[in-house]
Amino acid sequence: MNNHYKESKGLHLNYSLIEEMIEEKAKVLDLGCGNGYLLKLLKDKKHIKGIGIEISQNEVIQCLEKGLSVIQGDIDEGLKQFADKSYDYVILNQTLQSTYNPDYVLDEMLRVGKKCIVSFPNFAYWRVRLYYFFKGNMPKSKVLPFEWYNTPNIHLLTIKDFFEFAKARKIKISQAIYTTRAEKRTAFQYRLLSNFFAEEAIFVISKD
Amino acid sequence: MQNSVGIVETKYYTIEEKIKFESGIEFGPITVAYETYGTLNEAKDNAILVIHALTGDAHAAGYHNESDKKPGWWDTLIGPNKAFDTNKYFVICTNILGGCSGTTGPSSINPETGKPYGTKFPVFTIEDTIKVKKKLLDWLGIKKLYSVAGGSMGGMQAMQFPITYPDYVNSVILIATTSRLSPQAIAFNAIGRNSIISDPDWNNGDYYDKENKPDRGLSNARMIGHVTYLCEEAMYNKFGRRLQDKDHYDFHFDIDFQVESYLQHQGQIFVDRFDANSYLYITKAVDYFDIENKYGSLQNAFKETNAKFLVISFDTDWLFPSSQSKEIVNTLMKLDKDVSYCEIKSPCGHDAFLLEYDVQDKIIKSFLNDHIKGEENE
Repeated sequence: MNNHYKESKGLHLNYSLIEEMIEEKAKVLDLGCGNGYLLKLLKDKKHIKGIGIEISQNEVIQCLEKGLSVIQGDIDEGLKQFADKSYDYVILNQTLQSTYNPDYVLDEMLRVGKKCIVSFPNFAYWRVRLYYFFKGNMPKSKVLPFEWYNTPNIHLLTIKDFFEFAKARKIKISQAIYTTRAEKRTAFQYRLLSNFFAEEAIFVISKD
Repeated sequence: MQNSVGIVETKYYTIEEKIKFESGIEFGPITVAYETYGTLNEAKDNAILVIHALTGDAHAAGYHNESDKKPGWWDTLIGPNKAFDTNKYFVICTNILGGCSGTTGPSSINPETGKPYGTKFPVFTIEDTIKVKKKLLDWLGIKKLYSVAGGSMGGMQAMQFPITYPDYVNSVILIATTSRLSPQAIAFNAIGRNSIISDPDWNNGDYYDKENKPDRGLSNARMIGHVTYLCEEAMYNKFGRRLQDKDHYDFHFDIDFQVESYLQHQGQIFVDRFDANSYLYITKAVDYFDIENKYGSLQNAFKETNAKFLVISFDTDWLFPSSQSKEIVNTLMKLDKDVSYCEIKSPCGHDAFLLEYDVQDKIIKSFLNDHIKGEENE
């Protein structure tokens, strides 16, 4: 699904931030792994044992070309084939907002992964708000490059939405990283008002 | 003949010692017909065994002579720069045990009687067929296969390889195959066998010196087989309800529809190249194949395997449906084995594994390439 997401500087930042989170030789499942860029990076740099799930055949072939294990499949159908807590990390990078059943996908990844890494664009980012407020169109940006009629992002959410969801479902958030304009942001306003200032967020979550 | 392995010949190797079959019977000698393409490297570690489907033969690629019109059955994927790249790999294909294209089978002469075996030929299983292949590979000096690949029944044999010989294969490519046939698929095989056995010319399998062979039975069996290799969409695309060389019904029981004509033609050309007894034996081996039953469970079967797997299925294949491939993939994932899976969209049904070569070429090429890279990384 990452193919819908431009290979931008921001995406590469995402990759390296995720890379930093993952331990050497961890067992990793990448949902919607796209062309396998992240898995390959993790394999080369962190020597992980990884597998990807990807719906698009062309992307599956690109994964195979990189020497990755990849299963062609639809993550919206769940992760029935995976046992509970069978992976150190389950990653859903820039894909949550394009799943049909985001809550089911999150439930499933939390079941299978000891830790999960979820990233998504924040729909409450101030530029998105201004775009909508002044232009009155569905917001578009480098992170959200699509028209309303062809966007794969059918379940856009905000950082606040995610926090509320996590609270309601008793999901533990152990780490939150915010990025704006392809830079990691750690200044106080990002921590305090992330829902306003952060363009994208990466969360490390888990559930017992 | 661009990108072709060119002119090739079928070679023969005879295993003199007897091989113990799953049924307990010890059988031999067995001659194996085989072809090879490309060159075996010095380390002898670039060999790929490709395995044919139900009625295939050892002639997988290239041409037998200049005037040969049709290349081998997997010529689309075997050759220079193709998926099974003969510039890199040494590709081997053998005719199955019990077949009728050079490997010892029911139509071969029993050295003890000087007559064809007929139904005296022992019933064998898929595992028996790969034991025979392994003898040839040993004789060729291959210590470990770079890969083993097969579609349909060939996939069953490819699947059995890492189970019987866990450290003998680097990778396994399973295409449009299953760990056990559905009752529906067994049913069609049963009808095929029944049509042969009920042909009076079958004569209990003893027909080799008779003027009439069980051609009607065998051709009916082939017609049934062909229906199972297609799918509804493929039949609509290929024939629709079109009539054969006419624009009105003739109110008789001869051929009216194109689909009838096609099936009859397929049946007729089949009897020229295939033996009715071989059809009985081989379909039986396919029906008996049931890894779950044999090893207690799929997990048990694959537990000791030590290979990288690539599984490919086709969405319109109802004979060996994707769900059966996914079961294998899920089992391998549960066992933490290295596995990749692709479901190819195709309007061709089970036959797709021989027809959809473009996308398979890419998938297989990438998969095979990567374990060279993978080894460099380690």
